[in-house]
Amino acid sequence: MNYLKQFCVIIIFSFLGELCRWLIPYPIPASIYGMVLLFAALSLKIVRVEQLRDGSSFLVSCLPVLFVAPAVSLMACWDQLKNALVPLLVIVLAATVLTFGVAGVVTQWLLGRRKGGSGHA
Amino acid sequence: MPEFIQSSAYFAVALTLIAFSIASACQKKWKSALLNPILISAALIIAVLKLAGISNEVYQSGCRFLNFLLTPATICLAVSFYEQFQHLKPHLPAVCAGVLAGTAASLASVWGLSRLFDLERVLTLSLLPKSVTTAIGVALSEEIGGIAAITTAAIVITGTFGNIAGPALCRLFRLRSEVAQGVAFGTSSHVIGTSRATEMSQLAGAVSSLSLTLAGIITCIALSFLAQYI
Repeated sequence: MNYLKQFCVIIIFSFLGELCRWLIPYPIPASIYGMVLLFAALSLKIVRVEQLRDGSSFLVSCLPVLFVAPAVSLMACWDQLKNALVPLLVIVLAATVLTFGVAGVVTQWLLGRRKGGSGHA
Repeated sequence: MPEFIQSSAYFAVALTLIAFSIASACQKKWKSALLNPILISAALIIAVLKLAGISNEVYQSGCRFLNFLLTPATICLAVSFYEQFQHLKPHLPAVCAGVLAGTAASLASVWGLSRLFDLERVLTLSLLPKSVTTAIGVALSEEIGGIAAITTAAIVITGTFGNIAGPALCRLFRLRSEVAQGVAFGTSSHVIGTSRATEMSQLAGAVSSLSLTLAGIITCIALSFLAQYI
């Protein structure tokens, strides 16, 4: 499958995502709708993974570069940020530890329960 | 010269790609999760813009061509999600419950701590999507009225912290199951945490990558309803 066709499929789902964002009155990003629709299309075998493997892995590998520009905007909101720097860091780190713990412990507990308390998967 | 830079379609993109290549090379050389390419290249670019006297607005308007790729690239996360989904079907109920609980804990703790520190509303909104992958988190932050720059930084710091502290946190919370470890990494510290989970075991990495997409979707749905009450 050539790149142009792969890109075409991906852009069609991007457009469908935009369309859903426009139709549904909730602040959910267009890309989420597109992702869910593409997942549904893959599950229903309307689109096959081979039909977009190369193009999609190229685009996913580009993702980090796309967030450099938003990070550069930190220079524009620095004044707003510098007064709250310590609380912001505390919140980010504490919430991450808690999230890690809750997600892991709940999963392990459920797996252990199903497998008779072994705790291993 | 300033007028030329302002009208150039490629200057900002070229600067971004060069800075990112330098930053990635640094990370490859010193192999430290602390050297996150997004933050390092942003710092390089800020330095260049300051030295050359170019405003952030000019740089951002040059980068709008890159932003065109954002939605298509994010959508492509569905491909690896689909593949992991097929492989991990037996673990799905526990994984979904773990991601749901972790996401609830993330939103509740960010909200609670923000109230405790009496944070501005816009900062709280910018922090709430901090545990999900940048592609989803930044788009979500913009939708609910947060500041994309702050969300990006919070997401990268969260991921880097999860990547570095993850193995210690696994011991702290006694997470022996590889599936549970994967859920913990993916839900709390998205792609950056997933790279550490992959080093710990292949199963943990796969579960982590499934969990990060799931956490992104759950966070979007939850915040699209809750953001108005914050």
